Amino acid sequence: MSASLANEGLTPVDPAYVKVMRIEAVLASIPFVVGAIVLEVAGLLFTGAFLVPVVLLAMLLILMVPLRRYNARGYDMAEDRLRVVRGLLFRMDTVVPFSRVQHIDVLQGPLERAFGIGRLVLHTAGTHNASVMLPGLNYELASAMREDIRAHVKRETM
Amino acid sequence: MSTAQEEIAQGWQRTHRLAIAVAALRGVQQALIPLVLVTIGSGGFGGGVFLVVPILLAILSLGVGAAWLKWRRLRYRVGESDIKVEQGLISRHARSVPYERIQDVSLEQKPIPRLFGLVEVRFETGAGGKDELQLAYVSMEEGERLREVVRDQREGVALAGDPAAPEQGPAGEPRGELLFAMGPDRLLTFGLFSFSLVVIAVIAGAAQQFDVFLSFDPWDFSEWEDRLAGPGAWLAGLGWASRIVGGMILFLGLIVLGMVTGVVRTFLRDWDFRLEKTPKGFRRRRGLLTKTDVVMPAHRVQAVTVGTGLMRKLWGWHGLSFISLAQDAKSANHDVAPFAKMEEIAPIVREAGFALPADTTDWRRPSSKYRTDKALLGAIPLLLVGFVTFFLEPVVWLGPIILALAAFEVAHQYYLWLHERHAVDPRQVLSRRGWLVPRLEIADKVKLHSASITQGPLAKKRGYASLTFGLAGGTLSFDGLPLADAEAMRGQVLDSIAAVDFARLPR
Repeated sequence: MSASLANEGLTPVDPAYVKVMRIEAVLASIPFVVGAIVLEVAGLLFTGAFLVPVVLLAMLLILMVPLRRYNARGYDMAEDRLRVVRGLLFRMDTVVPFSRVQHIDVLQGPLERAFGIGRLVLHTAGTHNASVMLPGLNYELASAMREDIRAHVKRETM
Repeated sequence: MSTAQEEIAQGWQRTHRLAIAVAALRGVQQALIPLVLVTIGSGGFGGGVFLVVPILLAILSLGVGAAWLKWRRLRYRVGESDIKVEQGLISRHARSVPYERIQDVSLEQKPIPRLFGLVEVRFETGAGGKDELQLAYVSMEEGERLREVVRDQREGVALAGDPAAPEQGPAGEPRGELLFAMGPDRLLTFGLFSFSLVVIAVIAGAAQQFDVFLSFDPWDFSEWEDRLAGPGAWLAGLGWASRIVGGMILFLGLIVLGMVTGVVRTFLRDWDFRLEKTPKGFRRRRGLLTKTDVVMPAHRVQAVTVGTGLMRKLWGWHGLSFISLAQDAKSANHDVAPFAKMEEIAPIVREAGFALPADTTDWRRPSSKYRTDKALLGAIPLLLVGFVTFFLEPVVWLGPIILALAAFEVAHQYYLWLHERHAVDPRQVLSRRGWLVPRLEIADKVKLHSASITQGPLAKKRGYASLTFGLAGGTLSFDGLPLADAEAMRGQVLDSIAAVDFARLPR
């Protein structure tokens, strides 16, 4: 057994999730780039003292990080439970048995809608981990998974 | 709103009329202190009484008016599948709570309502605090009736087939089997262990609040000096021996004060503590001035906790509480045997469907790497700071203290490594936590809701992980397990969870 949580046997999420995370990173870095340009124009230090580090960091966050986060994420839909793995530095591996699901959400923001993906959220009655989120699923797939889980919950209760 | 007859025909009811009197009296009670202050303030020109009487009357009539309107606009109905409450003067607020969502029904009697024989009924749903449905106030009989109705509705079928039908007590209510009670002797011991100096804070607060009444400013040090300089001058003339004696007397006085506070608080809260096992769950009654009566259905108990205290551990006293979704006096734990010996706790735990660890329990402990890392992370910064202080002339005396702290941290982690442990048996997950005050938590495997394993960067390198279970109303978390152990433990628990559906959990 390896010393850290591995992604073996996990299904990767939709590649469009990388694009969504990249666009989010672009949007988040715009204010900082603008700020750096303003400081450049003001000419406080030598040329590039602000712009170069900010742009490098932004490139890292836009190009590298989403891909690595995508690679770190995965899920496994078993017959009676869903396993969700995420995290680069801080790994988290959560399992929710369908029999403990209280209700299920499929969420979609405007950006996610443009790329046809959505987030599946399972709610349980536990105080810790009361809701477990799995983003970056193809929207149809997420809806289908919701139906599967719901059918499972229903069958178990009858 | 429909007319009164129609309302009654539809099953709508109101709270007790005397609730108006209670609300008005509470208004007066709250107005009393400002009123006394006004009287004293205006006492200088002799018109105090003439001012106070109209003000008191005005407060009373306003209070009665408001209470009447509130009472008039609140109605409730005990329906077939739920309880409905409608209230609100201008904006109506209608709430419906289905029976199966009610965790337990508690009755509480504060001193004033108690004079009128009224109770406050609270339907615990797990929503927490202000969101809970409550009815203040109804008569004692109505409170009991509501509780019976809710329980019968929820457990009607199961109860009808119960072979061990309860014998009826004199009051017509099922007589429970007494599991645990605390008499005055036990309460006195409990109180002595509940040492508390909160009263000093209260006195200091009161002194600040009412310093206008003192003839001097208690917060001005030079004034104290002046006072001591006169009649208190002999203090300064006393020798060292008498000062030490004086200090010891003060110290003993504080201890006595703390113990007396503890005893008083314990008597007020836990007077006539009785825990009974009734067919409908655990019933706990306690309280001297404010009486409470709580029933916890046995199946709602998610986990049990056995705790103790620094001193009480030495005499073998422990406290048992249940973890459930419902709240008890603002904490998620229900005290069921706050001060008992283990042999008294064991039967209660058994009644709740749990088992205390046996000699055969296979205890496991976190990875030694985890403890090593924790000790190093705690001690290394301290060591660095400590060595630096050796070269700084003004604070050189701090060096040994900081080094001692570092050594203490290492010893602490070693102690925890020896004592903190966990186990999984066929039915439950057990966790023993804590250093000076050990705590044992036992959770039912099938009442857990999710399981996650987390690893930080350091944990990844060193091969350990944290395992956290989703527990309703509490947390159950194990840090620093070897990854393989964590995965094995999660697997065991998940298999038992998945085998039992939530909706079919033992009710």
